[in-house]
Amino acid sequence: MSSHNLEEQFQQKIDQDIKIEPKDWMPDAYRKTNTRQISQHAHSEVVGMLPEGNWISRAPSLKRKAILIAKIQDEGGHGLYLYAAAETLGQSREQMINDLHSGKAKYSSIFNYPALTWADMGAIGWLVDGAAIMNQVMLTRTSYGPYARAMVRICKEESFHQRQGFESLLVLSKGSEEQRALCQDAINRWWWPALMMFGPRDQESTNSDMSLKWRIKRKTNDELRQQFVDMIAEQIKVLGMTLPDPALQWNATRNHYDFGEINWDEFWQVVKGNGPCNKERLEARKKAWEKGAWVREAAQAYANKKNTGTKAA
Amino acid sequence: MQQALLDYTLSLSDNALILGQRNAAWCGHGPILEQDIAITNITLDLIGQSRILYQYAAQLKGGDATEDSLAFLRSEREYKNCLLVERPNGDWAQTILRQFLFSCFQRELYTQLTQGKDSTLAAIATKSLKEVSYHCRWSREWVLRLGDGTAESHTRLVKALENLWPYTGELFKGADYELALGLDPAMLYTNWLSAVQSTLEEATVSLASLTSCFMQTGGKTGIHTEELGFILTDLQYMQRTYPSCDW
Repeated sequence: MSSHNLEEQFQQKIDQDIKIEPKDWMPDAYRKTNTRQISQHAHSEVVGMLPEGNWISRAPSLKRKAILIAKIQDEGGHGLYLYAAAETLGQSREQMINDLHSGKAKYSSIFNYPALTWADMGAIGWLVDGAAIMNQVMLTRTSYGPYARAMVRICKEESFHQRQGFESLLVLSKGSEEQRALCQDAINRWWWPALMMFGPRDQESTNSDMSLKWRIKRKTNDELRQQFVDMIAEQIKVLGMTLPDPALQWNATRNHYDFGEINWDEFWQVVKGNGPCNKERLEARKKAWEKGAWVREAAQAYANKKNTGTKAA
Repeated sequence: MQQALLDYTLSLSDNALILGQRNAAWCGHGPILEQDIAITNITLDLIGQSRILYQYAAQLKGGDATEDSLAFLRSEREYKNCLLVERPNGDWAQTILRQFLFSCFQRELYTQLTQGKDSTLAAIATKSLKEVSYHCRWSREWVLRLGDGTAESHTRLVKALENLWPYTGELFKGADYELALGLDPAMLYTNWLSAVQSTLEEATVSLASLTSCFMQTGGKTGIHTEELGFILTDLQYMQRTYPSCDW
């Protein structure tokens, strides 16, 4: 069959919402885009463990400590499913990790911002996980089967994390003056970076068109961002806090909230590696990997011995 | 007797909390993702155990004591954990071996408690034993891999054993509150040693040079190593900085 026909059949499947599975024929660019996106997503889960991990030792109560540990453990689990999903496209986990460490592969820029106070744990859950969910709910219907199925499971846990984050801020919002100040400060610092998580504006998003055609994405960056703003602008009222955007206003004509301009210069600087924690995050991952090399070698050597032993016996 | 039971319960919860606090530092920094998740899972079990034990201790203490006031508002000299659990994480070998030595001890201890006179502790021990037997199995597998893996991993495990062994004697030396309750930990020694020894032998590591080593003690009665102050500084930072708040 000519590649033209294969491509036509592939597009027909996509258009009929039939999932693409690992052994199916797919255009190289589809494989490449999915590998890039899923591995980037896996890296984001793993790098995302770092900003929250730095607060485990200082969590203010045992209950909060347990919740935080469980949440970060879930993120590690998400990383695992996603690496496994990406591996179905033919790239090894080790290669993906090397690409992360060399800077070739990216992860979500949001984790290049510092988690400075305890309130950041709530703000990350509510805003960062909240923004991630917008994207992830859409991805439960993405065209690549293994990715879509991983997302179904991940979404359930993520929405739980978002509620926990909100609940933790709600407690602060009803607490002492200092606690309320912590809460507002964390919202002020995480709001704009959370909006940046949806990526560049549609007219500047290079990967969008094909991703929509192939139903890897089903909504544009700007559509998802708007959906997020509309949701958070309502939820913030329950907290009795404010979002740091004087332009935020309900627009009855559009039936959406209007909001101010994102600082795109900051967005691109963080993407380029100049965010407050880019270096620290990548260093932490590289250090863990390098310091773990002898452990992985030992496990491999031991497994080899056991296999040889079994064969000999 | 009530005081002895309170002190005893606190010593159990302090052990779980401090080891959990130590292990938590691996979260996000483990040698491979599966093991990062595994040790974090163990951390979560330990924090969970400490919580039910502190809740019971708070009930025994009465007044306005809570799990959090006991964990966050007692100082260095009031903590009763054994010295072993506050030893630094070191490398993966030291963390694994610390877990293995302690989990094997906890397995014997909780088994003893399931048959003890105090029904609450017996119930907590029964519930926790399931977790602890997994901790034993997981850490044992790693002791084997490291001891019988590569020359480097073997050397590192031996070094960890030399570092940690002097802190194992204390586990079996009864504090007043243990003896008052008739729970002499010396009774647990034989089973513990045989489990530890057989695993180490399988891991091709010898205990011979350590059998007569000097044993450090003090943790159970509140005389700790310098490490504990730093652990508590981190642990208690929020509660000390923002007193009397709900979180």
